[in-house]
Amino acid sequence: MEYQGLPRSEAGPRERVLVRIERCVGCRNCELACAVAHSQSRTLAAAIREEPRPQRRIYVEAVAESRAPFLCRHCDDAPCARACPTRALFQDSESGLVAFEAARCIGCHGCLMACPFGMIQAGRGSPFIVKCDRCPDRDQPACVAACPTGALLLEGAYLSMRRRDAIARLTRAARQGRAELPPVEASP
Amino acid sequence: MLTSDDIRNRTITEDGQRMLEKAEHDQVRTVWDRYQAQLPQCGFCELGLSCRNCAMGPCRIDPFGEGPQVGVCGADADIIVARNLGRMIAAGAASHSDHGRDLVEVLRQVAEGKAPGYQIREEGKLRALAAEFGISGDGRGKEAVALDLAEALEEEFGTRKKELTLVRRAPEQRRALWTKLGIMPRGIDRETSEMMHRTHMGVDNNWQSLLLHGLRNALSDGWGGSLIATEVSDILFGVPRPVHSKVNLGVLKTDQVNILLHGHNPIVSEMIAQAATDDDLVALAKAKGAAGINLAGICCTGNELLMRRGIPMAGNHLTTELALVTGAVEMMFVDYQCIMPALGQVAACYHTRMISTSDKAGFPRMEHHEFHPDNARELARKLVTEAIENYPRRVPGKVKIPVEPVDMMAGFSVEAIVAALGGTVQPLIDAIVAGKIRGAVGVVGCNNPKIRQDYGHVNLTRKLIAHDILVVDTGCAAVANARAGFKVAEAAALAGPGLREVCGALGIPPVLHMGSCVDNVRITMLAAALANALKMDISDLPLAAAAPEWYSEKAISIGCYAVASGIYTVLGPMPPVLGSKNVTQLLTEGLEKVVGATFAVEPDPDLAADLIIAHINRKRAGLGLS
Ligand code: SF4
Ligand code: SF4
Repeated sequence: MEYQGLPRSEAGPRERVLVRIERCVGCRNCELACAVAHSQSRTLAAAIREEPRPQRRIYVEAVAESRAPFLCRHCDDAPCARACPTRALFQDSESGLVAFEAARCIGCHGCLMACPFGMIQAGRGSPFIVKCDRCPDRDQPACVAACPTGALLLEGAYLSMRRRDAIARLTRAARQGRAELPPVEASP
Repeated sequence: MLTSDDIRNRTITEDGQRMLEKAEHDQVRTVWDRYQAQLPQCGFCELGLSCRNCAMGPCRIDPFGEGPQVGVCGADADIIVARNLGRMIAAGAASHSDHGRDLVEVLRQVAEGKAPGYQIREEGKLRALAAEFGISGDGRGKEAVALDLAEALEEEFGTRKKELTLVRRAPEQRRALWTKLGIMPRGIDRETSEMMHRTHMGVDNNWQSLLLHGLRNALSDGWGGSLIATEVSDILFGVPRPVHSKVNLGVLKTDQVNILLHGHNPIVSEMIAQAATDDDLVALAKAKGAAGINLAGICCTGNELLMRRGIPMAGNHLTTELALVTGAVEMMFVDYQCIMPALGQVAACYHTRMISTSDKAGFPRMEHHEFHPDNARELARKLVTEAIENYPRRVPGKVKIPVEPVDMMAGFSVEAIVAALGGTVQPLIDAIVAGKIRGAVGVVGCNNPKIRQDYGHVNLTRKLIAHDILVVDTGCAAVANARAGFKVAEAAALAGPGLREVCGALGIPPVLHMGSCVDNVRITMLAAALANALKMDISDLPLAAAAPEWYSEKAISIGCYAVASGIYTVLGPMPPVLGSKNVTQLLTEGLEKVVGATFAVEPDPDLAADLIIAHINRKRAGLGLS
């Protein structure tokens, strides 16, 4: 059965997106879907003709012989929000996300420097910066919905998957009377 | 669990909807389920921006301009999109042309006396075609002429010519244009081969010249491979003449041995059709408790049989699996092209035996029995016998024939249309000049699960005929329009007053079935005949083409030869070209100045009809017609 998301009490107001690195095939469709979700037209065919061209907020990198998408962690104590002199970036208590108020942004790029993950980028014109907003109007963020391999998961789904995998491993081992090595999840 | 809305959104066809319900009940997965499972599909590939032509790649271009703008080799979006499109055209042209070559081989073997069961049915057409190749028929028997003709046709596939022979049927202006642009097709295989060469890494890196060669490659299909396929099929199996038949899954019979023929090439199915009428086999069917042997076609093999023999038509591309879901099919024969590899799996849910017949086409979970001209007659009898023996294994509780069949007419070859007009195209020209018929449109092509089955074909056609535009159709579009009831003389009531009058006078439907997908050349030959009679170019005439639900590479080749021949062509689904603004612009605008016609893309059939009507009005104005 498809995972439908946890009740908010358990997962927090808005679940974050986690990554199963070992699943990523590097197709970059999450990047495309992200740019389309942040376009005016919301369709791929029209979005690629918009000016300025819409930007992605998720980045598929190839490092350490692995492919891996990465996106804003929406840190609980976010360095970017701390660095922002105008409170354009701030910790939103209701959603639990690091939110952005474009009207207050002066484009100083302090947040770009403060983010330890490089997840904030310069905007093409206005707004002055772009970063993941966790698709506020959708249950499944666009990148999660676009990923063909399930490499991107909401936090609750991710955790339940990991738990179930681990429990299944332990249960099988107990039945067979020997321990199984855990699977290699990703290159070190 | 599918809701009834889901089912209605998959197909407008009543038989399809009933069978989707049964498929759900029988737990059969169909093309629509597999399409859903594929979503979301890759955006790079959708835009034509992915390239895997070499092992430095695969590469893709970021259409939003943040990621890479060139592949490892340095190819940019324009080059990659043009190369990908070029390879699609090559695959389509190769498919039609290889089909054509198979017919030429049968022609040769008939001439050599090595193909029992086959014969030259149309000596007149044989001699006329031979004359076009400069082969004299004087005092020579038909076999001798056929042998020379087969030889000459084989030459068309080679590389020793400056231009294909049959392009001489095109208006002089058109040929001069092709020569001037350097897109005159030279050899059928040569253009496909050259396309594969040009699109190798480090060859043609000019998107304009790649696309021009694409047109040449497509012309080698439309004025070469497909044309030969149609001409030789007519010689071997008969020139189609108007014929009455029936269409939809209701053509299957609860009390008969049902044999379905699927694919594209008539070589095998004609033999099955002969065997199915053999008295001893009919007697065997009766001995097994069946009322008889019932043949039905599906897809273009079906169209070939329908056009020449009036064999009823079960359905089009998206109906192929649903036909098996009736549970009433003893045996399905497939030859090649558009046969979903999923069919064997669907058949496994029922008693249906699946037989693949071509040395070049294999499918999972099918039995392979290779047909060749020398064994075809005997093998056909053997397998029809086995189909009959399979009848008692049918599970009555699993059988459901969903609807009553719909009446239809088919068989409108160019020869048949000219005959209906009294021997010349002049009456058609007069009707166009008088505005009774405002123009003619070829509605052609496939089904595609991205579009509600038949919705595009039927709604486009309905609007065009209501605006006094004659529709000629082929392929899956032709099946859709027949199933919608447009192919009976009474359907003239749906036409505008002018077209209604013409149809009434001739006793023909407002939508003329011209055959299979290779038979699209019948449409271009009719267009060329009109242009030649008027001493004009094809692009001067109030004509258009549409492929409202296309899916296949062959459709891309057809669209390109139509446009290169001067016919404005509206596609339903978007081809993978949007990743390059330049390529998109050239196809939809720039080509007007090059070949006098362009592509347009419009998935909404209502709006597509508006585009076509406006185009026809413009062409009429250009000719000084109101
Ligand atoms: S869509 Fe999924 S598999 Fe593709 S790059 Fe993004 S995370 Fe990786
Ligand atoms: S041909 Fe060029 S773009 Fe294509 S895969 Fe090779 S390097 Fe990449």
